[in-house]
Amino acid sequence: MMISKFMKKAAVMACCVALIGGVLTGCGKSDDSKDANNSNTGNPGVTNEPTKSEDNKQEDNKQEDKKLSGTITLIGSTSMEKLSNAVAEDFMNKNGNVTVTPEFVGSGAGIEAVLNGTADIGNSSRNLKDAEKEAGAVENIVAIDGIAVVLDKSNTVTNLTKDQLIGIYTGTIRNWSELGGNDQPIVVIGREAGSGTRGAFEEILKVEDQCVYANELDNTGAVMAKVASTAGAIGYVSLDVVDDSVIVADLDGVAATAENIKAGNYFLSRPFVMATKGEISEQSELIQAFFEYMKSEDGKAIIEAVGLITVD
Amino acid sequence: MKNKKEEKAMPVSSTIHGGMNHKAADKVEKIAHGIFITCAFVAVLAVVSISLYMIINGVPAIFKVGLKEILFSTVWKPTATEPSFGIAYVILTSIVGTFAAILIGVPIGVGTAVFLTEIANKKVAAIITPAVELLAGIPSVVYGLLGLLILNPLMYKLEMYLFKDSPTHIFTGGANLISAVLVLAIMILPTVISISSSALRAVPASLKNASLAVGATKIQTITKVLLPAAKSGIVTAIILGIGRAIGEAMAISLVSGSVVNIPLPFNSVRFLTTAIVSEMSYSQGTHRQVLFTIGLVLFVFIMIINLSLNKILKKGGKVER
Repeated sequence: MMISKFMKKAAVMACCVALIGGVLTGCGKSDDSKDANNSNTGNPGVTNEPTKSEDNKQEDNKQEDKKLSGTITLIGSTSMEKLSNAVAEDFMNKNGNVTVTPEFVGSGAGIEAVLNGTADIGNSSRNLKDAEKEAGAVENIVAIDGIAVVLDKSNTVTNLTKDQLIGIYTGTIRNWSELGGNDQPIVVIGREAGSGTRGAFEEILKVEDQCVYANELDNTGAVMAKVASTAGAIGYVSLDVVDDSVIVADLDGVAATAENIKAGNYFLSRPFVMATKGEISEQSELIQAFFEYMKSEDGKAIIEAVGLITVD
Repeated sequence: MKNKKEEKAMPVSSTIHGGMNHKAADKVEKIAHGIFITCAFVAVLAVVSISLYMIINGVPAIFKVGLKEILFSTVWKPTATEPSFGIAYVILTSIVGTFAAILIGVPIGVGTAVFLTEIANKKVAAIITPAVELLAGIPSVVYGLLGLLILNPLMYKLEMYLFKDSPTHIFTGGANLISAVLVLAIMILPTVISISSSALRAVPASLKNASLAVGATKIQTITKVLLPAAKSGIVTAIILGIGRAIGEAMAISLVSGSVVNIPLPFNSVRFLTTAIVSEMSYSQGTHRQVLFTIGLVLFVFIMIINLSLNKILKKGGKVER
């Protein structure tokens, strides 16, 4: 009796633990990924600190002399979340009286917000449309996002055309032999729905929601690891994370380098625009200071820290 | 110093032996009572608030998208311009995956428990028992990593061999339902082994002795007497195993490929748990609400498992008496 009673108790306890544990794993994980995001956006600020030279400190003092204060509202692209949060944090650290509030509702809504005056800056992860420009939006490109197509080391195909890439990701090309490579099935690896990289990739290739994935992984590191360890695999990642474990494919014969992207020859890239209503010079002192900061060494350091390419 | 100490000590002893003692003792009793009640309420509060939270967050999407659409549609395209939030395949994967893991894990687990309690000598048991306990302590992400590094490449080889000439098969690189099921089967082993061992040990020795005395062999005694006598404990083990398997996320998110597909052995599949985990970080609006609804579905599953467990435990108790 005693034993069976104890057993029952133990079973009920274990059952409660399983219940709570089961529920918490879901929430816990999401917290983790949020933390990871925070630490990502937090990192630039932290890593930036030690490199702060005397000159930068003087700059800080200068900025303090100007005594900037007020609020900047950034509204727009969800893909620009990492960049916006990082620059907002660093800019607020450097200017104590300024509040920068980024919101992420999508590129189109961002431009609309800046045009109707609810936002100071409209974030857009695409070039502005002519209609938007006519309405008074000015395209200020602050950074460029590049995506690399990665293949496993054993692959003999190293160059892909845009059509080939579309064919692979929509499932019409299924074997590397169709592209002049080995007789090896193609393992199509992508990111989960909602990922900025996936959004950009599908948007640039115009294959939104037509992709046939074999694996949908939830972070860049997992994509790299899977591609590196799977023969015949193809994946896409942010340009800044590629390393020697994979082959980075040339697209239309153009290598995935920052230079080629800046020159506009590499098609798997998109601009990050911070649009204003009217030229920057027509904006308030605060907004002008913000754009000056984006072009400064500090701003460029942040842009590079979140994996983007700076523009000159 | 000494004097001071005595002075300090004096009033204390006077309160204990003096007229104040009843009130002070009452106070201590009351405070302790309060503390224990608070402790007990933390757990209740946690369960209640989690339940409320899941319902509050999971229900809006049901009204927005429609329960039928969510539960029975098979198309999961949460970010499309005309989004579709069907999780039928996801639910099916969780059920099929868990069931398959139980089919593999339970016979092995019960067999191990029988061996440990009835057959193994002390020396062998002394090696196996800690190994099983260690298995329970290994973090799930480690299971996932091992699956990713060992199981997936093996599965990929098998896949390339089996589907060599198939024009329609989508090659997954080994991240498929079988990998996930195998990882889950190993992960539920410690639960099944420990609970069925204690169930077997709880069988009265008189039953076993009587069986052996009338001339039954050891194996006959185990299969005809011990296992039936420990039935309710073993069912408990199975249900807890189901609970563990259906709630697992980390390990299978690494090995299952995480694409919403019909759960066939060599398909890349997504479970209820991995559906939440993989898309929570960047989801917004209705998409995020539907993820909470998936959590609610999982919650309902686990509730059902727990309720059936309670029922079986009660039934088992009655039979014993």
